[in-house]
Amino acid sequence: MASAFERIADIIAETSDVPRETITPDSHVIEDLGIDSLDFLDTVFAIDKAFGIKVPVEAWTQEVNSGQAPAEQYFVMKNLATRIEELVAAKAAGG
Amino acid sequence: MRLEYFQMIDRVLAVDPDGIRAEALVPDASPVFEGHFPGHPLVPGVLLVETMAQASGYLLLHRLGFARMPFLASVKEAKFRSFVPPGTRLEVTARIEHDGSGYAVTRAGVTRDGQRICDAELTLRILPFPAAELEATMRAQAERIGLGAAARA
Repeated sequence: MASAFERIADIIAETSDVPRETITPDSHVIEDLGIDSLDFLDTVFAIDKAFGIKVPVEAWTQEVNSGQAPAEQYFVMKNLATRIEELVAAKAAGG
Repeated sequence: MRLEYFQMIDRVLAVDPDGIRAEALVPDASPVFEGHFPGHPLVPGVLLVETMAQASGYLLLHRLGFARMPFLASVKEAKFRSFVPPGTRLEVTARIEHDGSGYAVTRAGVTRDGQRICDAELTLRILPFPAAELEATMRAQAERIGLGAAARA
């Protein structure tokens, strides 16, 4: 099966106007790829469905806005993929 | 329905955390029909979308206990299958398709005598109420259409 990064990059390319080949592990989904909030909502919905999880975007945004976490932790592609893998693992473990 | 005031839902028939069924009575006369269309009055498709969005919104308000407000963010696969003239009784339904973080996706539809009129997939952002006045109004509107009573039934 494709990696989480590959699957998320495919989803972003499908739900926004970003060409697939421009999406790299170091791409910041908002600053580099220029995904606006509505396309990001579509992306999150597609990720939720594809991975069978509920991406906690509100909690992440709150952490970033309050300075508890850097935006890169959640919104740079390789880190986003890691977070998604963690959510999938937590769900599989019954968490 | 009071089309000019965007009051599209008249009565909630049934609601639970996953779905809502409501009634909307198209008025016999409205300034809307003077423009849409002269000599051939029809409820505009955009107002049918609004009707589905409001059913989805009341469903989410019920689900959230009025803690936050749903706002329409996107409409997908909207299909308008039949004209809706003045004086029509409509049933409006919405079901939760996905409960996300800060948003929800619903599948909504409008029927007349069991016949499908329109349907769509709607995404609503869920945000804190931006004004106390809006929260009070939404609670009053929900009371007017019997949302609470339908939930208790």
